[in-house]
Amino acid sequence: MSDLAASAVIPKPRAARLARLLPFALLAWIVAYSLLGRISAWLSRDLLHLSPATHLGSAVAFFIYEAPKVLLLLTLVVFGVGIVRSFFTPERTRAILAGKKESVGNILAAALGIVTPFCSCSAVPLFIGFLTAGIPLGVTFSFLISAPMVNEVALALLFGLFGWKVAALYLGTGLVVAIIAGWTIGRLHLERHVEPWVYKLVPGESDTVEERLTWEDRLRHGLDAVRDIVGKVWPYVLVGIAVGAGIHGWVPENFMASIMGKSVWWSVPLAVVIGVPMYSNAAGIIPVVHALLEKGAALGTVLAFMMAVIALSLPETIILRKVLKPTLIAVFLGVVTVGIIVVGYLFNWLI
Amino acid sequence: MNKTRIEILGPGCANCKTLCERAESAARDLGLDYEIEKIADMDVILGYRVMSTPALVVNGRVKVSGRVPSVAQLKEMLS
Repeated sequence: MSDLAASAVIPKPRAARLARLLPFALLAWIVAYSLLGRISAWLSRDLLHLSPATHLGSAVAFFIYEAPKVLLLLTLVVFGVGIVRSFFTPERTRAILAGKKESVGNILAAALGIVTPFCSCSAVPLFIGFLTAGIPLGVTFSFLISAPMVNEVALALLFGLFGWKVAALYLGTGLVVAIIAGWTIGRLHLERHVEPWVYKLVPGESDTVEERLTWEDRLRHGLDAVRDIVGKVWPYVLVGIAVGAGIHGWVPENFMASIMGKSVWWSVPLAVVIGVPMYSNAAGIIPVVHALLEKGAALGTVLAFMMAVIALSLPETIILRKVLKPTLIAVFLGVVTVGIIVVGYLFNWLI
Repeated sequence: MNKTRIEILGPGCANCKTLCERAESAARDLGLDYEIEKIADMDVILGYRVMSTPALVVNGRVKVSGRVPSVAQLKEMLS
């Protein structure tokens, strides 16, 4: 009886309407995005009478244009990634990775790290779930490194503020760092530095029921992702862009060149060392970093700083201490840090 | 009617708290006789073979893991 009542309440028609609304929502998005430049110029120049030549005028124009642009992009990307992620679960990812050879496993793990829904608080159960299923330690690390570093918020912001080339560079180098760092950890044979109780656990399939999803369900996943993620990060985006706008308007050109410029060899390791203990989300840090780059900081240095802030976080490291001995934690932090520094130098040298 | 036993598995980040609040309001809306407990103990979480938190366990069965469903979806899972 209760089953019948429950199925009667499921709002199926409402869900189906979602699919029909999608084209209109996309169209509205495209119109809004393409009109942004004109509306923002009109707002700052004609309505507020601010000349782009003044400090205030250039800062305000920057904010009025960039803030809605980045939020629009963020919404679209988070929605899209939300739908893609509805096809993946940690259980399915584990099944794909189980039984793969190490090098292939590292590559797959890093790629799956992007699309598998994963909250960094569940690093420990996931770590154990992977290891007990026979997935090598290094492959597990490739996943754990790539999952936080290459995330949709970072990609959307990079795309919006820096363009697709930098976004693609970040995606590519993030994956490479995750693959190589994980592979290195695997080659070092550090299994004995995992807390011994982990390997004593009996492997087993979870009894979680696999949910069957319709396309409407997936669209709803996308919307939920937008509500959860964009709903959470928008204040950081606005504050970040406001700080960026301030830097844009007031800080003189080439101010950063002497500190974070190409010719300063120590800037990359310093940026990484400052970045590692910093715990900020991509939403707050990228707009600031964008403004720094504009004032003469070198791309490699900036990229390295960003990766260090986003990829390595103190809370996650503390959580992982439950399953990893200090030596392995140190190796993990060390290998990733070195990887990021190499990326920084590489881009300063290339571009 | 027996008491419905709701367990929320997770170390206690924002997602776990949201799931707990939503599960509670879903149970209240359904007029269930329930007890709810947050579980951060890793041994218990692993005992349920859950790989991603937050997870919802109803009367000893894992109903959802790794995401926070809406109150409406939670009502279905609880009834």
